[in-house]
Amino acid sequence: MLRCFLALLAPLLVAVLAPARAADEARFQLEEIASGVYAHQGETSLMTRENLGGIANLGAIVGDRAVAVIDTGGSLIEGKAFLAALREKTDKPIRYVINTHAHPDHIFGNAAFVGPDVTFVGHKNLPRALAARGEHYLSAFRQIMGDALDGVTIVAPTMLVADSTTIDLGGREIVLQAWKTAHSEADLTVLDKKSATLFAGDLLFLRHVPVVDGSLLGFLDVVDRLAEIKAERVVPGHGPAVAPWPKALEDERAYLMRLTADLRAAIKKGESVKDAAKTAGEEERPKWKLFEDYNARNATAGFAELEWEGP
Amino acid sequence: MSIARTPLLAALLAAALVSSALAQSNAPDPWPSLVTDIFQGREIAIADGAVSLEAPKRAEDAAIVPMTLRFPDPAKVKAATLVIDQNPMPMAASFTFGEKAGVDSIETRVRVNSYTDVHAVAETRDGKLHSEVKFVKASGGCSAPAGKDPDEARANMGKMRYREFKSAIAGKREAQIMIRHPNNSGMQMDQLTRTYTPAHFIDAVEVWQGDELIFKMEGGISLSEDPNFRFTYAPNGAKTMRVVAHDNKGGQFEAKWPIADAS
Repeated sequence: MLRCFLALLAPLLVAVLAPARAADEARFQLEEIASGVYAHQGETSLMTRENLGGIANLGAIVGDRAVAVIDTGGSLIEGKAFLAALREKTDKPIRYVINTHAHPDHIFGNAAFVGPDVTFVGHKNLPRALAARGEHYLSAFRQIMGDALDGVTIVAPTMLVADSTTIDLGGREIVLQAWKTAHSEADLTVLDKKSATLFAGDLLFLRHVPVVDGSLLGFLDVVDRLAEIKAERVVPGHGPAVAPWPKALEDERAYLMRLTADLRAAIKKGESVKDAAKTAGEEERPKWKLFEDYNARNATAGFAELEWEGP
Repeated sequence: MSIARTPLLAALLAAALVSSALAQSNAPDPWPSLVTDIFQGREIAIADGAVSLEAPKRAEDAAIVPMTLRFPDPAKVKAATLVIDQNPMPMAASFTFGEKAGVDSIETRVRVNSYTDVHAVAETRDGKLHSEVKFVKASGGCSAPAGKDPDEARANMGKMRYREFKSAIAGKREAQIMIRHPNNSGMQMDQLTRTYTPAHFIDAVEVWQGDELIFKMEGGISLSEDPNFRFTYAPNGAKTMRVVAHDNKGGQFEAKWPIADAS
């Protein structure tokens, strides 16, 4: 009897819940962190159906003639919400969509921005990374996110950055820098010279434990080179929407150094990868969120990388 | 020096086809048909102590899942096979041991594509089969990209490393062989061109101390990038360790190293 009652009620529940979800989208937060520079703070969590994949920080830079969007979110729904929120801030045309790398939480919103006058920009390795991973990402996150993944397509960049490129948005130049394999094989940063704001993509994690999906040693090296960039503030890929520069790098550097030192010691002692993955980096646990989800994975891949070090 | 091939590879490919067909029909357990394809339907004793398998309950990195096979009475073990039931190519590695090799344990790293049973099957010299099974939670290890840095993987292909460790077992030695190879699964489809990166993987490895075989392995795309084997063995006094590896595109890689304090 109760079951029948619930069955009758189900369509009503859907009707009640659907507008609530729409309202959530309308509340997409987009903060002006410097004049003409916007950032959205993602949730520090894994991508789920409930959060619509909205876990990465996103941004936009508005020039006199054009707008550049930096990353688009973890679903088409989030990408559309971002676009709608941006439209409330400016009516200047969006000419560039810059993808800081190939991970789904940063690119799954791309389709919301596709248009005849929009250029998608990425690291020279981004097409290759999307080619190798795109299908897997779509099927893996379909399982996790269900219909929240509807409409997500892989959009390839047409403008590639091999080293460094400057884009003029009209009275406002942004510098795009491609990095060697670090967080991933296709990391790109964006520096707004006018406001001295750096968009670091996932070369910078705050609160969210750093994820190494490229090279541990490469990541450490790139962190040191990033520190030389002259900027006042940074938008990390995960964590608060904005943080002071270059101080924001300190926690991440400490984590990567601890993990590297622990792994090197384990390899020297002749430990196996599975034992090393249980203990390496453990000291850093209290400082980070999602440590349980990523540290042992970082340690496993890092072990396989560091094993090849030396003569 | 060429590596002897056996019909095993054909069986392995046939098993791969059966497995993917099963995956599509959501068949609950591919193991019975794998027994037919890989072991010709022979009887397999379960958990009788001839072989044990150490596998993580949950894989940390689905592309690098360590698996250790142990043999309490290595003199009796002729061969051992590691099967990842739900993988597109379930037979990850099949080892054949030298008669006096005395391999107590062998650890390798594999890709795991979905939640799966993993079987270690040992063949004793009396021709009987023995198994142990573990369940592993992981996903995406095969269809995810093999290489985190494809350029580096290509540049270093075929490089090898050898390490020695103090064995916990009296009279035994422990060593590790590492082979640089992308081990491409052939399963990564380019969403933009709708084409696949061709499979390119180490399919055979032989490890010798002097002129005696320690083990040979036949493997496939379930082995992780940079195939890695850590094993114990009974030293025969030989002064060199030698490895010959072969890939499915005809690549052949050889290396040898002095064995420390060989006596």
